[in-house]
Amino acid sequence: MLEGTFFKKWISRRDFLGLASLGAVVLSSFTALAGILRLTKPNVYYEESKKFKIGKPDNFPVGLVKNLEDQKIFIFSGSDGLHAISKICTHLGCLVALTDTGFQCPCHGSKYNRQGKVIAGPAPRPLPWLEISQDVDGTLVVDAAKEIKAGTIFKV
Amino acid sequence: MSESNRSGINEFIKNIINLPRSSSDSFLRGGLPVSDRSRAAVSANNFFLHIQGAKTHINTLRPTYTFGLGLISLYLLLITIVSGVLLMIYYSPSTESAYNTVKDINFVVFGGRLLRNIHKWAGEGMIIAVLLHMARVFYTSAYKQGREFNWVIGIVLLVLTFVLNFTGYLLPWDQLAYWALVIGSNIAQSPKELTDIFGVTKFFDIGGFQKELFLGGLSPGAATLIRVYLLHIMVLPIALFIFLGVHFWRIRKDGGLAVPETFAPTPKEQRFLSDAGQKEELFAPTKTYGLMAIVPDRTPAVDHNDVENTMMSWPHLLRAEVAVFMLCLAGVVVYSFFIDAPLKELANPLIPENPAKAPWYFLGLQELVSYSAFMGGVGLPTVALLGLALIPFLDREKQYVGIWFSNRQGRRVALASLIVGAAVLIGMLAFTVNFGWFRNWWPDIPQLIIVAINPGTLWVGFVMTWSLGVIHLSGSTRMGAIALFTLFLISYLIFTYVGTELRGPNWEFFWSKSQWPVH
Repeated sequence: MLEGTFFKKWISRRDFLGLASLGAVVLSSFTALAGILRLTKPNVYYEESKKFKIGKPDNFPVGLVKNLEDQKIFIFSGSDGLHAISKICTHLGCLVALTDTGFQCPCHGSKYNRQGKVIAGPAPRPLPWLEISQDVDGTLVVDAAKEIKAGTIFKV
Repeated sequence: MSESNRSGINEFIKNIINLPRSSSDSFLRGGLPVSDRSRAAVSANNFFLHIQGAKTHINTLRPTYTFGLGLISLYLLLITIVSGVLLMIYYSPSTESAYNTVKDINFVVFGGRLLRNIHKWAGEGMIIAVLLHMARVFYTSAYKQGREFNWVIGIVLLVLTFVLNFTGYLLPWDQLAYWALVIGSNIAQSPKELTDIFGVTKFFDIGGFQKELFLGGLSPGAATLIRVYLLHIMVLPIALFIFLGVHFWRIRKDGGLAVPETFAPTPKEQRFLSDAGQKEELFAPTKTYGLMAIVPDRTPAVDHNDVENTMMSWPHLLRAEVAVFMLCLAGVVVYSFFIDAPLKELANPLIPENPAKAPWYFLGLQELVSYSAFMGGVGLPTVALLGLALIPFLDREKQYVGIWFSNRQGRRVALASLIVGAAVLIGMLAFTVNFGWFRNWWPDIPQLIIVAINPGTLWVGFVMTWSLGVIHLSGSTRMGAIALFTLFLISYLIFTYVGTELRGPNWEFFWSKSQWPVH
């Protein structure tokens, strides 16, 4: 009885039921919508692996700059080791070209220096440096999905 | 027996002879109309004709009032539907065969190249027609007095027109399509620019979500093409039809096209008016209405019918419509006969085009994007569309509906905005081209400052300041709206021109394409 009077004061039964059913309609619609949206996101991507072998360290003599077209990366070989820089422009995803001073994007004019740092144009972030590791058989592996701190050199 | 037999056969033969007449009678419910009353009946009883009223205001039929732009948009849409369905006979949406089937359409299929050109140019023509239609509605104040909602529907239709064109551009899977997809999907991802700045991308990656939703993967591929195809032939057209249905229905419910209160027919137009005797017959009350409720405020459909100055829709409006349709069709076919839709090499994910240009109607955006991906691709377009959609709710003055540029002051505001706006914008672009922007001067400047302050945002700031200034000085929100809309149009025009004609390889400035370096 006590409860009855409390609810009566707070909200009438008719209003409560009306609001509750409205809430149910909204909630179920949004749940359905969320399910539909989730369906559009594939659980499996049939894409090439972001991790690839680039050969033995002997293939990278000091001073070499290798343009790996299919993998969309540049490999730089210096006296202290190797590093890999992604070719994918951080602005809108075009592929940068190597210039005398660094990198240049053809699409919207972003320019980077040799370290991948943005020096002109709209690119919001530096070009990513990618992780290099060595497999048990000695071949080098680049993981394009793993960005590392710029300036990290892989010592062979 | 022979008597009745003969008469039966006679009757039958008579029916055969009368077949053309009786079938057309049944189609039109009572034959070709001979009086205004029967003309009105045809309009009301025919499924297609009943979309428009039995009578049409003379103002609506004046070519210099509408320039037929809404009709042209509709007819171009109809042309794209028919040509699009025909293209679907040969097109196949898979990354292996899309390009080849488009090539087949271009070089092997009978009439295929013409058909593809027609589809392409009618689609792009829609963009121009829809923009001009919007400008007509705006400058004649036809977004007022109950038509506010239809203006907003029109903005939705404008966006759908753009997106339909964009998705169509992606289907051939050539270099243009592939790199437009790369750029487009990264624009969808560009809110990441902001979430990165605030360091919340880990928890709330709306950009990444949008990109994956669009691509169906991490990079453009087979899954993407199917999605784009589905959008282009199914999702977007259905959305367009629904909104178009509402758009037309609202035109009728809002009392037809806007008509100026001071309207008076010219002597030449007088002779088209129904004569007095027929008027009596036509508008004699044949229905009775119960008074259900008295609703306050004005209803445009009843308020301003101005029945005196209307003409019969059959044949006057119908004739005008057929004429515009024929002109439209002829224009598209002739243009398509001489000018081919572009088709580049097969998509190559390893070599971006240089310059990688979007279709012309997006090159204004691409110029904005070259300052900041997020601002140019998402932020400023949203602001612009919101601004356009809000115009009828922020300018609620009731005068001058249906009059081009409202009055003398309106013409002057439009002209001044045009001149000052063009000068400011061209000046700003010239400055940017010559001296670069913040990052060229201070390479270590935080990204947030570039996102917030770039030629695009400065321009929007100027547009707002100028429009508010006009409202302040003129004391009229309509004048502010005219300033705002004029600046919107001029910036779309100038940005598009710069992006199309003055930007070359590496998005550098060139006076003309002939100066581009040769590789």
